[in-house]
Formats: sequence, C-alpha cells, structure tokens
Amino acid sequence: MPVLLLTDLFVLLLLGLMLAYGLYAARHEHLRAPWRRVVASRVGMMSLVVLGSYAAIGLLDTVHFHPRLEAKAGVGAGGASSEVLSLLDLWLAPLRERQEKTYSAPFASHLHAMETLAQPDGTSRRDYPRLVHGGAHLAAPELDRGRDILMTSVSGLAQGLALWALVIMVAAALLARRRGRGRNSAPGLVLAWGLALRDLARGRTQWPWRTGLLTLGVILVLGAVTAELAVKYHVLGTDKVGEDVLYQALKSIRTGLVIGTLTTLVMLPAAILLGIMAGYYRGLTDDVIQYLYTTLNSIPGVLLIAAAVLMLQVHMSNHEAEFTSLAQRADLRLFFLCLILGVTSWTGLCRLLRGEALKLREVDYVQAAQALGVGSPSILARHILPNVLHLVIIALALDFSGLVLAEAVLSYINIGVDPTMNSWGNMINGARLELAREPIVWWSLASAFLFMFVLVLFANLLADVVRDAFDPRLRGA
Amino acid sequence: MTAYLLRRLLYALPILIGVNLITFVLFFVVNSPDDMARMQLGAKRVTPEAVTAWKAERGYDQPLLFNGQAEGLGRLTETIFFDKSLRLFVFDFGASDAGRDISHDIGQRMWPSLAVAVPVLLVGLLVNISLALFLVLFRGGSLDLTGVVVLVALLSISSLFYIIGGQYLLGKLLRLAPISGYDLGLEAWKFLVLPVIIGVMGGIGSGARLYRTLFLEEAQKDYVRTARAKGLGERLVLFRHILGNALIPILTGVVVVLPLLFMGSLLTEAFFGIPGLGSYTLDAINNQDFAIVRAMVFLGSVLYILGLMLTDISYTLADPRVRLS
Repeated sequence: MPVLLLTDLFVLLLLGLMLAYGLYAARHEHLRAPWRRVVASRVGMMSLVVLGSYAAIGLLDTVHFHPRLEAKAGVGAGGASSEVLSLLDLWLAPLRERQEKTYSAPFASHLHAMETLAQPDGTSRRDYPRLVHGGAHLAAPELDRGRDILMTSVSGLAQGLALWALVIMVAAALLARRRGRGRNSAPGLVLAWGLALRDLARGRTQWPWRTGLLTLGVILVLGAVTAELAVKYHVLGTDKVGEDVLYQALKSIRTGLVIGTLTTLVMLPAAILLGIMAGYYRGLTDDVIQYLYTTLNSIPGVLLIAAAVLMLQVHMSNHEAEFTSLAQRADLRLFFLCLILGVTSWTGLCRLLRGEALKLREVDYVQAAQALGVGSPSILARHILPNVLHLVIIALALDFSGLVLAEAVLSYINIGVDPTMNSWGNMINGARLELAREPIVWWSLASAFLFMFVLVLFANLLADVVRDAFDPRLRGA
Repeated sequence: MTAYLLRRLLYALPILIGVNLITFVLFFVVNSPDDMARMQLGAKRVTPEAVTAWKAERGYDQPLLFNGQAEGLGRLTETIFFDKSLRLFVFDFGASDAGRDISHDIGQRMWPSLAVAVPVLLVGLLVNISLALFLVLFRGGSLDLTGVVVLVALLSISSLFYIIGGQYLLGKLLRLAPISGYDLGLEAWKFLVLPVIIGVMGGIGSGARLYRTLFLEEAQKDYVRTARAKGLGERLVLFRHILGNALIPILTGVVVVLPLLFMGSLLTEAFFGIPGLGSYTLDAINNQDFAIVRAMVFLGSVLYILGLMLTDISYTLADPRVRLS
C-alpha cells in the first residue's frame, strides 16, 4: 500500500517544477544556452553524473509504502503493516535485515567487543564472538578472509566493468545514430559505431561524454564491488546496535537532499514575490518588505532555529496522539526543519532580487511597457520575473551545499532532524563518544563524513559552474 | 556624525521591536506556558498543581498581554509581555528557568568566548589574506588552479570533521595540546591553542576563496591597468594597489561580525569545554531552558544590528567615496 509522506509530496512537486522548467527552458534559447554551458564544461558534467547518482538513490528512498504482511497459515490473509518502507529499503533488504549485536569493524568477522563465551565443555572464556552475518560463510576467517574479500572484489569489479562497457556501447550507438551516418547498410552501421566509439575515447564529441562516462564508470565499479562485498560482509562496519553503517549512510542521502532542496523551494515563492515587489514598487511596499527581512535576518540563524525547534518539541510532546507513526512524526519534523531553515535563509535571495528589480525597472523595455499602459502585475510577471530567474538558479545551487552541512551540525546539537531519522548528523552524533574507546570506533564517523563530503564537494563544483554559466557579467570573459 | 549615528539608532529601534515581538510570539503564543511546564516536568509528574507551581516559580503565571485583575498601570505591567519581553530592552534578562541570574552568567561567560573568537578571527584573517594573495600572484597558472580546487575541497568538509579530526589528531595522537578544558587567567592559553588552530583551519576554505575573488575583481579595474602601463612590477601592483583597495570590502566584512564574537561558537566551545556563551546557549538548548534561549536570541539580534551600524560607519571612515548622508 503506497504511502505519501509530506516531504514525498514536496519532492514530487519539486520534480514537477524541474520538469516544467526543463520543458520551458528547452524551448527558449536564452534559457537553454546557460545550461548548455554547464553541460559542456567537464567539471559540470562530472558533477551532474555524481549528483545524479545521489539523486537516484534519494528518489528510490522517496517511494514509500506499507509492506504487505506475510499471510500466516490459519490466521487469514495478511494486511498491510504499519511500518513504512521505501523502494530503497526493499533493494537494501539484505543490509537492513542483517543486524549484529553491537559494533563491528568494516569487513570484520568478529564483534568489536569481547564477550564471555560458553565453551562446549561447560567452561567459559573471554573472546570476540563471531558475527551472525558478516563473514559468516567463512570456515576459518583468520585464514581465508583476505582471499575471499579479494575474490569477491574481483568478481564485483568484473560485473561493474561489464555494465560500464554496456553503457559505453549504448552511448556510442546513440552517438552514431545521432550523427545519422551509415544508415543504409549493415557494414556502414558498424563503421559508424566504431567511429563514434573512437571519438568518445578521444573526447572529440560536442559534449564532454568521455568525462561523464569515466565518472559513471568509477561509480559503477565502486557500486558493483561494494554490492558484491556487502552481501557477505558489513563493508562499513556496524554501529552500536549492530545496524549496518553502509545502509545508514545510504538512507541518509535522502535526508541530506531533502534539506538541501526543499528548504530553498519552500521559501522561494515568498523570496521572489517580495523581492521583486520591493524593487519594483519602491516606496512604502519597499520599506515594509525591507523591514521584514532585516528583522528576520538580524536574529542569528542558529538561535532562531533552536528556538523554533524547541517550540516544535513542546508542541509534539503535548500532542503525541496526532501522529500515527514514528515515520510520520520524523517526516513532519524534517519538513518543519526545512521550513525554519528556509525562513532563516530566504532573506539573502530576497535582498538580491530587490536590488536587481530596482535596476530592471529603469530598463527601456520596462519603461516602454509602462508607457503602453501594461499593468504592474503583468510587467512583474512578463518582464521582471524572467530576468531575475538566473539569480534564483544561482542561489539554489549555491545554497544547497551549505544546507547539507548545516543539517549535520544542527542534528549534532539536537535541534536538527528527528533522532530516529537516518541522517549524517545523527550518525556523527551517535558515534562521537566512541572515539574515546580503545581501540577506537571510527567507521560510523568516517562513513558519514565521506558520503557528505562527496555530495557537498560536487555540489560546490556544480554551483561554481552554474554561477559562471548564468551570470551575465561573466559571460563575455 | 552625531546626527547620523542618532538616525541609525532610531532606525534600529523598530527592528529590535520586531525581534522582540517575534520572540514573544514564538515563546509564549505558539505554545502556552502550560505546555512548557508540562514538557519540563515530564509526562509522569504533570498534575495541575505542579504546572501552576512551575509557572509561579518562574513568573509565567500572568496573563500574556492584558491583566484584567490588576489596577491602573498594573493592567499592562503585570503581564508576561511586560515582564519577560519588554525588560529585554534594558538588558534585564531576569532569571533562567533553572533559577540563575542570566545577566550575571552572560557577564562572566563572554570573556572565554572572546578569548577563542578574537584569535580565530585575527589569525584567520592573516592566513586567508596571505593565501589569497599567494594564489592571485600566480593567477591563471596550475598553482592557482590546484589551490582553488584544494580550497573548494576544504570548504566541502563539515565543520564537525575539523573539530573531531583535529581533536583526535593534535590532541590525542600527537598530544600537542590538552583536548578540552579551561583555566582562569593567562594559564588559559594552553587550552586555547587547539580550538584556535581548528577554528582557523575550518575557515580557510571559504575565507581564502572569497578573498581571492575580491582580489581578482579588483585586479580587473582600470587603475590596475594604468599602474601596469606605467611600468610597475607585478608585485608592486599587487601589494600596493590591489591589496590596499581590496582591504576595504574585507575589513568592512569583518566589522559586521565583530560584535557577534561575544556570542562565541556553539560547536567549538561545546567540544573543547570552554565556558563561554556558545556552550551556555547550547546547554540551554539541550536543557530546554527557554528563558536563556530567549535572552540569547535578543542579545544576538542587538549585536547583529550593532554590527550593521559599525559597518556603515567603517565604510564612511575607510572609503573616501562614501559620504554620510
């Protein structure tokens, strides 16, 4: 039975908006040109591929449903469980269901902590017990674990490479078809295909496909090797309650992406409308709007978020009956966090748009429209709005990475997402005290930081490319 | 100058009133004091008597805006709005929910915050400007490109990583400095080394990149071309002309944050056990001490507005093109 959480709804809305914008931009050359520049840059292509794979995982994690309960003999047909799962959970079921008792290191076959084990002869000794799942297929882990890991990696590597080769072939075929060569005969087709393959390898294509395919290759190979290994081992170890860290890190992707995108989205209408209205109408409207955003802006962001989240906690603890499930409650808190982060971050964009609108209202075509008697709302919609959209896109791109990082910090100081929700901040929060253990537990921290770093790094790189492509001041250079 | 300052002060007043109203609505209207009491007392001990007692102890037992039972002016003054919100304007923060005097705590705790924040700011400024100058000196070359990539990577790393990693590497593995703690007087320097190093590290990515952009923007201007046309060497142009002019936006950008240094940093102070205002705020958030959070929200806004005013003044002082108007 499908479930639509509040943030799912907004992610769908975001997808719809992106699609609409894409269709609109595709038909307007002045909007298409900057995106061409983004894709034409190698860094842009690379970032798009990496962010695309994050987004794919995040989207898989957005399709939620109640799993059907197994029909038990004699009890009758199984209904739907109250648990909320996503497609990603289904796919990662082997990771999700293989719980250990407590900490275990990456690729370990034994627990991280000693326990008293009962011996067959009745005595007991202190030792590291075997894991229930990780490396359980090995008879003597001390001896053949290394070899097994190597063999499994090689098998994963082969699969990844095969998949990649397939993608390259398809890409070359598409490229050849696009060029429209060798349509008439079978040998011509093969020749055109070979030529396309050669051009791809030499990077002699209109778009930097070679960079894109190389990036995709790295992701595919890494993914395939990890997938192969993850079936037998806990690749990134397990956490305090024995949950697989790789699973947590992958589940956290959706949280990070939601915070990074929805936050800007929810406040976007207000920021755009108020910003261009302040700049266009000036006078009293301008004063009121400026007062509004200066006031909000003068409250330090963290404190405003802290105050708002505290108040949400009070509200939730007093109205517990209103939330039907943990997932729903966590989701509402995530959405609320997006809202409040949005409130603290929309002011910058609003001020920027106000300044731009102030300039635009003096431009000839706006003056001409005014002289011809076009009403203010239509001028705002037809002349001002389209000409500030590039600023909105740049702001979206620039804000994203900061928001992902902010989520971690906020969750760390307990004013971020719900503690039951998978997020990088919660992973770090859960693991912070374990650095003091001897030998230390580093894998939860390292995984969270690594996953976050890759996302933020490529988001930053893309933001730079987007800014350069969209900023008309830099266009001539 | 006096008239200008007065006008700026008058302009700040409505903003402060707005902030005050927002905090009032957030803390007392969205959730009633009863809700707060129930939350604080915990589910098991909630009885009507306990809630009333909790409210009375902390002065939350009055009506929000208008007290119909009081006489004369008391109708307006014996209310939560007057008692808890308006008093903030004279920096009378009252007592925390745990019963401590907030003003006294703030007075004591702002010094450790400053002891961390000021060195971080100064050292950071020095490091970032030197790095940016270095990259600009080699602009367009592979050194510049590598530098920019490294800076982007640095700024993509979570600040939590800098703190946790730095503490672990410098404090635990190399044992160069004590991991956390604080001492009175000058002995405190030992405990400040690590947070300052880590604070500076965490700021390099964004700081140096921003300054590099500022320098490059300045380098495209006409007077720089003139200086080169005159035959000045690249280094002379960079240090005498570009640096001097780019310092104006850099310094005014610093002035904004100067007052906020008092507030300290939540994360750094919490991790290093520095008894400053940052860890004070964080403790209040974790203990759900609404009075302290309310006081800090107001104080933070006041300091921010002060920063904006100082920025405007510093512009008029540093940049001869800007006049008081």
